[in-house]
Amino acid sequence: MDSLTSAASVVAAGLAVGIGAIGPGIGQGNAARGAVEGIARQPEAEGKIRGTLLISLAFMEALTIYGLVVALVLLFANPFAG
Amino acid sequence: MAPPIIPVLPLNLPLAELEVGKHLYWQLGNLKIHGQVFLSSWVVIGALLALVAIGTRKLERNPGGVQNLLELVWDYIRDISREQIGEKAYRDWLPFIGTLFLFIFVSNWGGALIPWKLIHLPSGELGAPTADINTTIALALLVSLAYFYAGLSRKGFRYFEYYVDPTPIMLPFKIIEDFTKPLSLSFRLFGNILADELVVAVLAFLVPLIVPLPAMFLGLFTSAIQALIFATLAANYIGEAVHEEHH
Repeated sequence: MDSLTSAASVVAAGLAVGIGAIGPGIGQGNAARGAVEGIARQPEAEGKIRGTLLISLAFMEALTIYGLVVALVLLFANPFAG
Repeated sequence: MAPPIIPVLPLNLPLAELEVGKHLYWQLGNLKIHGQVFLSSWVVIGALLALVAIGTRKLERNPGGVQNLLELVWDYIRDISREQIGEKAYRDWLPFIGTLFLFIFVSNWGGALIPWKLIHLPSGELGAPTADINTTIALALLVSLAYFYAGLSRKGFRYFEYYVDPTPIMLPFKIIEDFTKPLSLSFRLFGNILADELVVAVLAFLVPLIVPLPAMFLGLFTSAIQALIFATLAANYIGEAVHEEHH
């Protein structure tokens, strides 16, 4: 791998995770706020809200994980390494 | 093309090594297979089989011990699949959903809890089978096949009405969905499990004692959730395919 490709790959890997974490972070915050409000209004629905919240959080987390997969591919299985 | 092999952490702590992209290759005909994944999968499958065999050997009316545990697990899996697939069709798919859930759950936890690092392989290292993308893609493609089969066997060619429901404008999106479903299923599981292992390994490399413990507990929690998510989504896709419209 020449030095330009490796430098670009490392920067891109960092950006892939870093930028990819912004959106899901905001989304998970919103979801958690909604769940807390829901529990405060209706404490008896806590179990159901918690289950739904966990599943939707995992969906959002998956987006960051895609960024992570891209970063790992760039670092360890770079198709442009030549 | 073989990916370049880069040792992530070149330090020589005994149990804190980490390798990505190194595998124990077995030659099978023209195929190169990742031997370490097979070995750890066999351990997981063996553990599950042994547990079930022990639990069902002497069935009693008042369950106790392992039988009690198995009935709890069965109830849990039944609730997942009944909620997602629906009262009418869930019994056909209960074994499939249960197998997926148990295999993924025991793989994830086994990867974290069994001290694999004590076993030395000539190359590569043992770990959770689900931290290898080939395992998760195989599982996700099985889910794809399963929901196509479920829809076609229950509704015949009326299954394809689902693609133009409610309007034919949805057709391209629903076709793309068929490709993104296995893609997201496999990448989600693979990424989460690999990320857990990497975080624990990096922390164990920086501070070998105590400090990685919270990350390990978080890893156990997320890997249990991932198993639940995979099973729930698989059941959800199957449920979507067998769902009957009421006009």
